[in-house]
Amino acid sequence: MAIKIKETVKFEKLEDGKFQLDVRSYVCPHVQIYAEKALKKIGSGDEITIVFDNPSSGESIRYLCANNGDEILQDTESAGTFTWKIRKA
Amino acid sequence: MTESNSSRAFRAADGSPLAWKKPVFLLLLTAIVSVIYLSLDTRFVYLLVYGWFGVIYGIFLQYGRFCMASAVRDLFAVGVPRMAVGVLIAVIIYAVISAFVQEAGVNTFNPHPLGWHILIGGTLFGLGMVVAGGCASSTLYKTGEGNLGSILVLFSISFSQAWLVSTDWFSNWIPQSWAETAAAEADTLSLVTESPGWFDQFTAGYLWQLSGTTAQDYLGLPANLFGYLLGNTFVVAVVPTLILIALLYIYNYRKMYLRQHPADNHSIAYELKGVWSMIIQSKNTAIAGLGLGVFAGLQMFVTGELREYYEIFNFGELLAEMGYTNGLSIQDTVFDPGYWYITTQEAQWAGWAMDKAGMDVSGNLFFGLENGLPSPLLNAPGMMSVGIIVGAAVIAIARKEFKWKLPNTETAILAIAGGILMGFGARIGMGCNIGAFFATVTNGDISGWIFLIGMALGGYLSVKALKAWIDWRLSKEEFDF
Repeated sequence: MAIKIKETVKFEKLEDGKFQLDVRSYVCPHVQIYAEKALKKIGSGDEITIVFDNPSSGESIRYLCANNGDEILQDTESAGTFTWKIRKA
Repeated sequence: MTESNSSRAFRAADGSPLAWKKPVFLLLLTAIVSVIYLSLDTRFVYLLVYGWFGVIYGIFLQYGRFCMASAVRDLFAVGVPRMAVGVLIAVIIYAVISAFVQEAGVNTFNPHPLGWHILIGGTLFGLGMVVAGGCASSTLYKTGEGNLGSILVLFSISFSQAWLVSTDWFSNWIPQSWAETAAAEADTLSLVTESPGWFDQFTAGYLWQLSGTTAQDYLGLPANLFGYLLGNTFVVAVVPTLILIALLYIYNYRKMYLRQHPADNHSIAYELKGVWSMIIQSKNTAIAGLGLGVFAGLQMFVTGELREYYEIFNFGELLAEMGYTNGLSIQDTVFDPGYWYITTQEAQWAGWAMDKAGMDVSGNLFFGLENGLPSPLLNAPGMMSVGIIVGAAVIAIARKEFKWKLPNTETAILAIAGGILMGFGARIGMGCNIGAFFATVTNGDISGWIFLIGMALGGYLSVKALKAWIDWRLSKEEFDF
């Protein structure tokens, strides 16, 4: 079941071990704070797809992953929207 | 990961070739506007220098996602030191070039008066920049990325400043001593107003009684390259910067470096390699820091040379010579720092608009005596802010990162509130993360470090409050994150 906060932040479990966090229309530092929370929430080996459209937040998320040893499996961008798939260490 | 980063340096964010048509068109348009200015009067080159340096700053800011707010904020919010390192690189480079510019005799910098107002202004600014989602400079580059929430911040910073310096709301709150001291300056005050507002009393009764200095001067070092490099560059910029880099490494980055590079022997060379790895960890940020440092120094040089060439101290004189006397201060001056600055010209934009709307905003020291209220088309530092937006748009479109982004309600409210706090902080602290911090610590003026302490304090409190707000909201929505 998807849980939405006032239709703005969306964190959902797609299937076992796969999650999605949609924080479009948020700027710094909300995006990285939500990303950090979501990464803490999911289990080791789980995958999460983070969708955001604030370019500078990517830099902080990349560092967070490096720091925790999480692996960025895929980082795509299309017309200003970033979709990153991360596997938690 | 590092490889893909570097190979992407000159590609779009999605790895495809850069889009070039629209960016080239945008630059051509800017060039055409420049030619129109020059065809009206070649002396507008002075204004265009501001504008084109702005374009360059915008390109580097967006390329490096260079946000001074995040230097403080992301360190506290999520423990990321990337931006703090980038800013410190820029500080060292700018400080070295400043010394040479001063030796060339064309340094445009004036030290800020030292006092408690810097700490208070910095704290307000720090509170605001976290709430708003960016500092004064990143608000401009994010506007260029199509972020409409940033435009709200920009409006909010501009109008809150113009309002603060012209209101008499706080006139009953000011200390008696300021009023008395200001009364002694009545001759000057009466040139612009018969009823000084609170900001006039703050300016005349407090700020004017303070003094500022550079380290080279304070330490009695010779007024030559050696003195500038030792006092201003080394003591004020390099030493504090190296200490901060060491602290960032020890308390933040080292843990990760040790894990990624296991070694039995943690020699000095090993630790230095670790520090270097922290510095180049985000290449974009490091490159932007280098570029911004170099061009910020160059701008002082170019503007200083132009002042010598036209034999002026202030752009207002040139405007008067060209026949544009509307909006000059009573001293025939306008705001013209000669180096990178952001907030004062934004206050002027709003002040000009309020003036056109029939409000009395020029009857105060800030606009009436010191900075003037020139039309935005004649506002040289204002062109630098416009240039930053244009430069950021050019590279954001080229890298396919441009997107019109409407803020959600929460972001919009925070943008306005944060902008007001930054506007108030900038006026009380005499500048923003650029004017009060970046441009001061690089020119031997320690007031910028005091502003940074305020910014860090405000940023820390604001991050705590913002995280508490997010947690409260999540719990209210019964959302177990």
